Amino acid sequence: MDYHIVANKLRTTQIQSIKAETQTVKTFTFKDKLCAKAKPGQFLMLWVPGVDEIPLSILDAREDGSVAVAVKKVGEATSALHNKKAGEIIGVRGPFGNDFTAKKGKVLMVAGGTGVFPLLFLSRKIKPKATKLVFIAGAKTKEELFFIDEIERLCGKENVVASTEDGSYGIKCLASESLELLLCKEKFDMIYTCGPELMMRKVLNLAEKYEIALEASLERLMRCAIGLCGSCVIGKYRVCRDGPVFNSQQLLEVKAEFGKFKRDFDGRKISF
Amino acid sequence: MKDNRLTVNLAGLKLANPTMLASGILGYSAETLESIVAGGAGAVVTKSVGLKPRVGYANPTVVQVDCGLINAMGLPNPGIDAFVKEICQAKKVLNVPLIVSVYGFSEEEYAVVSKKAADAGADALELNVSCPHVKETGSEIGQKPEILSKVIKKVKATVDKPVFVKLSPNVTSIADIAEAAAKAGANALTAINTIKAMAIDPETAMPILGNKLGGLSGSAIKPIAVRCVYDIYERVKVPIIGCGGIASWRDAVEFFLAGASAVQIGTAIAIESSSVFRRVTRGLDAYLRRKGFRNVGEIVGLSHRC
Repeated sequence: MDYHIVANKLRTTQIQSIKAETQTVKTFTFKDKLCAKAKPGQFLMLWVPGVDEIPLSILDAREDGSVAVAVKKVGEATSALHNKKAGEIIGVRGPFGNDFTAKKGKVLMVAGGTGVFPLLFLSRKIKPKATKLVFIAGAKTKEELFFIDEIERLCGKENVVASTEDGSYGIKCLASESLELLLCKEKFDMIYTCGPELMMRKVLNLAEKYEIALEASLERLMRCAIGLCGSCVIGKYRVCRDGPVFNSQQLLEVKAEFGKFKRDFDGRKISF
Repeated sequence: MKDNRLTVNLAGLKLANPTMLASGILGYSAETLESIVAGGAGAVVTKSVGLKPRVGYANPTVVQVDCGLINAMGLPNPGIDAFVKEICQAKKVLNVPLIVSVYGFSEEEYAVVSKKAADAGADALELNVSCPHVKETGSEIGQKPEILSKVIKKVKATVDKPVFVKLSPNVTSIADIAEAAAKAGANALTAINTIKAMAIDPETAMPILGNKLGGLSGSAIKPIAVRCVYDIYERVKVPIIGCGGIASWRDAVEFFLAGASAVQIGTAIAIESSSVFRRVTRGLDAYLRRKGFRNVGEIVGLSHRC
């Protein structure tokens, strides 16, 4: 019960290393004892002093106390972070939220864009237990297909389906289309998904059609991260406290909103 | 019999128990208010809503300190016209009184927003004249008795629902302000809103909150809030709603003894969950039974006899 409050204290830490993954994505590594205990699916709040504080899914958490987050340059805070150098100071709160339940058996990951980050973390943990691990990675272009080399190394090339909307890598289609092609042929025990909500809504529909259990990690506007401010609500759930990972049953309860509306900074519902 | 012990008539509103959701916590949507009621709240207060949409401040908007939270959300809200839909929806699904928190940048704005909220079905209004970190509204109004009186009179002349006024502790004498509010027609007073505060990070020398200044809530402000309720009870006759750092039945009892007729809970929801309402209510009921009181009203202001 105290957990949320213990993890909620802001700590400052130095950036240990920065690695450019693509033109738009960099991986930042830093030490933080609490976040180093994070499980796949959990997120943290990263403070760029004087600029903003943003929610980020955790890419890796190691026993030596180091934590990694991958950050795509999309706005003011992420640009300011991209301009930082190793040794500079950032603030951290977390880890927050729940994590994916690690199922054994035949497991399928469906990632879209930056949604690959938490699923890569999960894949590393789940690989030794899974009888089969298949990864569908979707993106607009080859440049947006993050960590594809590592995913291919981890899962084996034959178990990776890359889909790009412009056909610059893998198959030219949406990740959800790749998913349907796969599900026609093969049965899985579990689907984990993360990415744009519209994509995840399609993945949920397919998971229902083919009767496969599913967990999805949702991204919403977040401010407090401890379930007070209401910025991240979807139906009766708060993504920061009740999620960010939700199962099919929960998502069906909020199907009027999931993949349809989110809340803007002023709390208004806006369409995707 | 248990129900009777906890029932409260608060300025005409019938509450099954005297715990309420404090404004600013969740409260964007009917569904989240419903989940608070499922946790045991006797009434709910929405997020503060104004005439126009507001996006609020940049993050960090909440920072945790040793004894509570400091927040500077910046009154994010969709504006009353969009919020009317949520009020209507909430009225359909809630079985407890719905109080809409209202702010404005002028007495006219307070009145217009209050009217729209009341027409949409709000059972009462709570005027936010105490937000400590937004310019030209909130405590900037609540610190000036003349302006505060005008705002209350204007709202009272516009709506025929109970009007609660949430007071700021950031004043020299909260009892003076309370008296002005009661004279102007406030049907109940909520005491207190958060206390002006800030947090600075030693490593970077940066103020942490995006807005630099914020409002402190949680256990740190409880003794201050109890004193405020005590002071106000000595001066005015209207019911007082205690608010500030309540996390247990003992905290709640302290507020009742100081003179509160009901209590609001906010920050404790982050530490626990919405079930905090049920836990406080059960503890309060057990206390009343043990002490031989038939209704919570019997302990309101009891400490003033001493």
